[in-house]
Amino acid sequence: MLELKDLHVRYGGIHAVQGVNMKVNKGDIVTLIGANGAGKSSIVRSIAGLVRGVSGEMLYTGRDGETINLVGSMPEKIVKKGIALSPEGRRILPHLTVAENLTLGAYSRVDKKAIEEDRQWVYSLFPRLQERHWQKGGTLSGGEQQMLAVGRALMSRPDLLMLDEPSLGLAPILVEEISAIIKALNADGQTILLIEQNAYAALSIANRAYVLEVGAIVLEGSGQGLLHNPQVKEAYLGG
Amino acid sequence: MTGPLKHNAVRNSLSTLAFLVAGYLALSWAEANFDGYQTQLLNLVAINAILAVSLNFIYGFSGMFSLGHAGFMAIGAYVSALCILPPAQKELLWLLEPIYGPLAALETPFVVSVLLGGLAAAATSLLIALPVMRLGGDYLGIATLGFAEIIRVLFTNLAYLTNGAIGLRGIPSYAGIWWNYGWLAVTLFVVLSMLKSNFGNVLKSIRDDEIAAGAMGINTSGYRTMAFCLGGFFAGVGGALMGSLVTTIEPKMFNFQLTFNILLIVVAGGLGSITGSVVGAAAITLLLEWLRIVEAPLTLNFALAADDPQLCAAALAVCLASGVFWLRKWRRGARRPAAALAGRLIRGLTLALALTALALALTLALALALAFLGLEMFPDFTLDVPGIPGMRMVIFSVALMCIILFRREGLLGVREFSWDGFYDRLGRLARRLGSGGR
Amino acid sequence: MTSDLFIQNLFNALTVGSLYALIAIGYSMVYGILRFINFAHGDIFMVGAYFIFFAAAHLPWPLAAAVAIGGASLMGIIVDRVAYRPLREAPRISALISAIGVSFLLENLGLVVFTGLPRPAVQPQWMVDPITLGSIRILPLSFLVPAVTAILVLGLLWIVYRTRPGLAMRSISRDIETTRLMGVSIDRIIAMTFGLGSALAAAAGIMWAIRYPQIHPFIGVMPGFKAFIAAVVGGIGSIHGAVLGGVLLGTVEIMAVAFYPSMSGYRDAFAFVLLIVILLFKPTGLMGEKLEDKI
Repeated sequence: MLELKDLHVRYGGIHAVQGVNMKVNKGDIVTLIGANGAGKSSIVRSIAGLVRGVSGEMLYTGRDGETINLVGSMPEKIVKKGIALSPEGRRILPHLTVAENLTLGAYSRVDKKAIEEDRQWVYSLFPRLQERHWQKGGTLSGGEQQMLAVGRALMSRPDLLMLDEPSLGLAPILVEEISAIIKALNADGQTILLIEQNAYAALSIANRAYVLEVGAIVLEGSGQGLLHNPQVKEAYLGG
Repeated sequence: MTGPLKHNAVRNSLSTLAFLVAGYLALSWAEANFDGYQTQLLNLVAINAILAVSLNFIYGFSGMFSLGHAGFMAIGAYVSALCILPPAQKELLWLLEPIYGPLAALETPFVVSVLLGGLAAAATSLLIALPVMRLGGDYLGIATLGFAEIIRVLFTNLAYLTNGAIGLRGIPSYAGIWWNYGWLAVTLFVVLSMLKSNFGNVLKSIRDDEIAAGAMGINTSGYRTMAFCLGGFFAGVGGALMGSLVTTIEPKMFNFQLTFNILLIVVAGGLGSITGSVVGAAAITLLLEWLRIVEAPLTLNFALAADDPQLCAAALAVCLASGVFWLRKWRRGARRPAAALAGRLIRGLTLALALTALALALTLALALALAFLGLEMFPDFTLDVPGIPGMRMVIFSVALMCIILFRREGLLGVREFSWDGFYDRLGRLARRLGSGGR
Repeated sequence: MTSDLFIQNLFNALTVGSLYALIAIGYSMVYGILRFINFAHGDIFMVGAYFIFFAAAHLPWPLAAAVAIGGASLMGIIVDRVAYRPLREAPRISALISAIGVSFLLENLGLVVFTGLPRPAVQPQWMVDPITLGSIRILPLSFLVPAVTAILVLGLLWIVYRTRPGLAMRSISRDIETTRLMGVSIDRIIAMTFGLGSALAAAAGIMWAIRYPQIHPFIGVMPGFKAFIAAVVGGIGSIHGAVLGGVLLGTVEIMAVAFYPSMSGYRDAFAFVLLIVILLFKPTGLMGEKLEDKI
């Protein structure tokens, strides 16, 4: 579905991503792990169209079967093609209600009835959001905000769902909850690209995994494989 | 440029001295040979330069967007006028209310009055700075504009101080070439010295990143206030000189348009360059006068090429420049084909503009050439263009927008004239000419 | 002061305040989304007045009003497209200077095209025939202006809080990047913001022209400044704040002169004094949120 070929990302003088090659196949959970500042967020933000200094190829095959290169496209277009991002730090709109945040997620769609159905489905996934649907986003707890961010991304009915560090700042029990939901979504057929610092949680649920260090891929393999890889264990899993 | 410039302090000082002497001679010549109109223009250039430098200092070097310059000018003008109007005249002028007692007898020499005008303006800017300093860029502009308006309203109403809306007439016209250019020299000296000093470095650091500067322990509010007051002082000086030059002042003339004119000069010359402000003042002041042509009725025919070749040449230059500009824009647009109708319309318009401008340029060139050869252009035609009052300001507004949209840095950007740079360029030019001969 | 005079002045205050509120909303909306002061907004108000002057001469009044509002709205969108959009990534001062340039351009273009001769607007007679209630004489216009303003403001609030584009507007004002992630076309929403603000300013211009029927190219200058001050006083970025600020400013202006007629010469200065006071004591405005500096 998505293939990154020789991706380079530059911010001013910084060469954040140096020649990355990655593949995300339909139906997979692919995870990208690495330390803080390795360049993981830069990659997803480039895919989403939020970053300028991108060179290389980001080949995406959408639901219409066409393969296009996402480099240079505007975020508005990319969402319409079926890619949604739950950004790092949640970035929900704090002065809008939960319901309004979800409506915003579906902005690129026009089918009112289907949008309402999806809203109910998101509420069924995250019952706490339904309870608080009239509350302003800023009053939610960290875990609830994360659920809202994921739900909002789902509202655009994406073919590719990208999650940037969903476990950041969450208590372990909530991390488990989120992981379970991600797995369940994938079981339903959702393709997911997961960026994580929490290597254990990510590798436990991923089909394929890539390890990013200082802007370059240093290791790739299956989730389970890397989970038991001695180098990974030492660097990211606490020995 | 490779490496730092060679700095030769002795050479620089001698050059400055030579420049001052040359300036003195030039001004003397002007004094003897210029008629009234030209002298007025020359004086206006100096005063506008002082005003532009003061505004540039406030914005360009302290990062404070002040739109209240007209207010400081008003204060300077009125204080100075009150000081140089002879008491006998004051009795006659104050019609609405009798003048405030102590002011009636006040009379000082010109230099004192200008100084007092500047100090009064500086004191006012201190007063204004206290509440306004903690505001950010946008609010600062509006707040200073607000203060200028308050000053204007006050001057209109406090008739016992200012003679209200009637204004003051017959202000002695002491502001001649020597006073104006003398004060310009003082302004430049003070401002440039301040900028080169530690004070200037601190200001630049605050302008570039206020939070970082504050984190280093710099009292940012204090420095900005000082810069604001210095700018206000020279704005007052400019206002005082202007009052004496035009001999009639009223509160109405210190409106936003006055600030706008100075702002245009500063932007045109380059927001970070004092040299630019001086050059810009000369350019814009002359342009402002020259554009009066547009407001008087004009008969256009090809005989103009012979009668007024400068006008033709200028028009030719403008047409050529804009033709080239629009052509390049069209070419750049061609590389990214626009699918939408609006996009294609705009591109077509761009091409049409380019072709029209170039055609006009060609015609003008032809007319000039023929006039030069003494031949007549045919077919002859005559176009009577009626005078359009207000067209000058329209052109100026468009000019300001063009500068800010297409060449934000203005004429000189942040480049400053320096003797080191001057001699360096001279040296390189000489070397290039020398080696080119081989 | 007699109670009759008081009530008459109150209606006057409400009228002027409503007009300030309508213009202030435009400033607030644009600042809320772009953090930018649209200096030229007051001149759109002037454009609206001139459009109704010319349109009313050829078209029946309701159609003329629609044309005037539509035309001014379009003009606001064009100004954004030509003078502000190219500068979105530039330092803020550039956009401010461009706005000043546009403002001057519109005023002087008006001078050139319409000349400085004040044009008398069409005053429908029934609007300015005073009606007498007991011992009070009030113009029907003084009822109409606040009523129309209320309707327009409610309409705008409906658009902002109950429609998708309105949701996008509210989202952009907080987090542009995330809003783009939602598939919102930022330029289109910004254009819509300018369009709505300009339409309201034009409506104010029309009503102003009826109330004070001498139109000249600089009628937008003072009301424009004052409306901006009203927006700041109420809390810039907030529509409710703009309305509150506008009505407050109008009331202060009229009532202060009503109680102290000797202050009438200072009437214009009230707004600016109010501005300084608010900036000193509550810079985010009466209804504004506390914005913290992010380091």
